[in-house]
Formats: sequence, C-alpha cells, structure tokens
Amino acid sequence: MSDQKNKKTVMDKEGIERCLTRIAYEILEKNKGMENLVLVGIRTGGVFLAQRLQKKMSDIEQGKIPLGILDVTLYRDDITASKKKPCLGETKINFSLDGKIVILVDDVLFTGRTIRAAMDALIDFGRPKMIQLAVLIDRGHRELPIRADFVGKNLPSSLWEAVRVDLVEKSGVDEVVIEEGP
Amino acid sequence: MKFERKDILGIKDLSVDEINFILETAESFLEISTRTIKKVPTLRGKTVINLFYEASTRTRTSFEIAGKRLSADTINISSSTSSVVKGETLIDTARNLEAMNPDVIVIRHSAAGAPHLLASLVKQSIINAGDGAHEHPTQALLDMMTIKERKGSIDGLKVAIIGDIEHSRVARSNIYGLTKMGASVVVAGPATMLPRDIEKMGVQVHSRLEDAIAGADVIMMLRIQLERQKQNIFPSLREYAQHFCLNRHNVKLAKKDVIVMHPGPINRGVEISPDIADDPSCSVILDQVNKGVAVRMALLYLLTGGSE
Repeated sequence: MSDQKNKKTVMDKEGIERCLTRIAYEILEKNKGMENLVLVGIRTGGVFLAQRLQKKMSDIEQGKIPLGILDVTLYRDDITASKKKPCLGETKINFSLDGKIVILVDDVLFTGRTIRAAMDALIDFGRPKMIQLAVLIDRGHRELPIRADFVGKNLPSSLWEAVRVDLVEKSGVDEVVIEEGP
Repeated sequence: MKFERKDILGIKDLSVDEINFILETAESFLEISTRTIKKVPTLRGKTVINLFYEASTRTRTSFEIAGKRLSADTINISSSTSSVVKGETLIDTARNLEAMNPDVIVIRHSAAGAPHLLASLVKQSIINAGDGAHEHPTQALLDMMTIKERKGSIDGLKVAIIGDIEHSRVARSNIYGLTKMGASVVVAGPATMLPRDIEKMGVQVHSRLEDAIAGADVIMMLRIQLERQKQNIFPSLREYAQHFCLNRHNVKLAKKDVIVMHPGPINRGVEISPDIADDPSCSVILDQVNKGVAVRMALLYLLTGGSE
C-alpha cells in the first residue's frame, strides 16, 4: 500500500478557460442570446464555473444573467441510507424560475444522480421553460437517462479512477486530474 | 465533522463543535421556509412522533412543521387524549410506540430525566423538548442561533437572563450553551427564584434587574410561571413587575444595540412591557420562533439515518 496516488493532469488552466469560453458561446448560440436565461450552479464546483460563465457571457453580449446557487444534498436518493450526514450548504435562488431557460452547471457529470436531484430541486422553485445542462467534464458511467447539452471535455474513465476538478476559487489552482481510485 | 449522536437530551452533553455544527446546518434550512413550496423530500418515509405530556403551542407546532417540511410523517400525542389518562406508565407508552417503528420520538415531560429514561429504553432517536425544570435544548439552540445571527458571534457577549431561574429549563440550557460558547452570563431574579449554588454553573448573580442588564448585549426575559404564585414564591404579580419588568426606561441601561429575547408565552406587563416586546428595533421574539423551525429541521435531519 502506498499513499502516493497515481495522478495525471488531463486539463490545465488554459484548457479550462478555453472550454468555458466555447461553452459560453454555445449557450448563447443555442438560445439565440441571453434573453430568459438564468444560470444555476451546483455546489460547490458548479458554482465557481457558473460564475465564470456568467462573466464570459456578459463580456460577449450586453447585460448580466441572474445566477443561483443550488445545494442538492436534501434531494439526494442516498441521504436516508447513510448515518453520516454531509454538510449542508446554502441554496440561494433569489429570482423566479417560471418560464425561464435554466442553464444548470456542474463540474463533473458521472452517474447522473446529482443532476436528477438538482432537477427535482429546481422544479420546487417554479416551472422553468427548459433546463439545459453544462458540465466541464463528462466521464461516462451514467446510471440514469441523463445527458449534457454543453460539455467541456469527454473523458472516458474507469470506475476505479477518480476525476477531480480543482478550481482557483477553492483549491488555489485550475486543473483537472485523474487519480487512481479510493 | 461527523455528527454521531443518537439522541439530543441536553446542551450539557454537547461540545462546542457539535453546537456550531448544528447551528451551521440550521442556517442552511432557513431558506426552505421562505420558498413558495416549503418542502424538501429528505425524510420521505420517516416517522416522527411528538409525545407531549405538557401543554405547548410553539415547540409542538415547530417540531411538527419542521418534520413536515422535510417530508417526514409527523404524529402528535398529547397526554390528555392518550392512554396516559387510563394510567399507562411512560415506559409502557414508550415500548408500545417503539413497536410501531417510528424513527424519532420528541418528548416533553414534567419530570426531569424522562427523555433520558426513554433514550435508554428504546432504539429510536429521542429529542428532549423540555423535561421539568431541567433542560430545553432546542430552545437554547434557537436562542443561540438568533444571537449569532444578530451579533455575529456569541463569544465575548454579555447576556443577562432575568426572572424565575429556579424553575426554568430554558435558563438552564441557555446557561450551559452560552457559557460554553464564550459568553459571560449574568442572572437576576427574586431570591426565591434563584437556585442555590447557581454560581457553580459559571454565572454572575445579581438581585436587581438594573445591575444585571447594565451593559448587556442580550437580555433574555423568562416567563413568570403564574401557577407558582400559589407556592408563595413571590407576593404579587404587581410587586414582581415593579422590580423585574423590562420596560422602556430600564432597558436603556443595556448597550444601545441590545436585543431582547423571550422564549414565550409572554405575560405582558409582568416580565416584559408590551412596548418593548413589540419594538422591532430591539425585540427578536418572533425571530426566535422563526429560527426554531430551522433548528428542529436540522436536528431531525442529523438524527435520522440508516443503520450504517
């Protein structure tokens, strides 16, 4: 047994920036502008990515898209099964979702269960016209019929590996790494 | 941090880390009560029994709402409409409830230690909603949450608790909690309402209200338990009010930004004058009630879980 995990960097700072720039353009292209758009970031990684997308989109077009923060813990399907309760973060959506196009943002798309929980949570806040999903990394292994509308990078991975997105806001560095499993 | 308790029986057993963790978790629950749809599916399929052997409006409703907003099924039992009137003992009632497999039992009882007895007998999580003159942990938690929100932190504050300390479980739980969190606590009340050796709980004792609230950041007024007048603890309500009623004049002795708290129900004009109780610039009484739901949601969330 060794503590030294086999770690491989698959995306650096510039790579992440370029991905987000492209996704910002794709969102605006698909929705023909910013009208009716709102961003909702899933805690914690998705929030930072949503903030960056918000800035990029205001740089491209005039105006600012509303940004919400979502903690999906209370909607998870494994919550009552485990005795150990995860820390709760605050959910903050200060605007109505009725009739809006919600761009849901997360860092890694894996089994799809987080996104399922997030969609349930969003519906409790109103009736969006549409929900679209933007993720930085899609690593496969879906357990639910869910797919992303905007993907930074498809990263085929094995189940024994862990994919981690480090962002400056949280970890002090921008990079995506694959580590050997737990 | 890991929260691994089965029961919440009193503030005395909780560590500072645990109190902070509960309060932080409760803050995240505040938002749910502001939504149009005030419900999350977290405790779907869980059952919470509110077993109340004493009268209650706030605490019982608060626990019921907390359970329902988390999608748990909540059942209320009050002693007057239960088999207690047929002579069933607490232990037998508990064993019967246990056989119906609830997940949490919330209990209020006039005997100190009743929740502890229950906790040792049944496998379900027990939450103490007030036991005699012993503890009322959820009230102290919601009080601390209110103070923390208004003042930023509890550490270093001067908190004055005024009134019938002897018979108050609210006072006892708050003294345990506030001193743990670094506040300096002073108490004042008529000598017949101050327990012997109260100093040993780490508080300063005054016999005059004015001395206790001087320079206070927080004033906590306790309910005068009218039913106790018969026991000759105090001569008359009017005399009590003359010495220990918080009003517009004496409140000026406290800090300018003082907050005034009361666990309810209020005896207007006895321990607190209506103009103070209803003054939004200092009274946080209804805010306490609001925080109560969030604190109880947090506890139900933290206590319920699978076997692993």
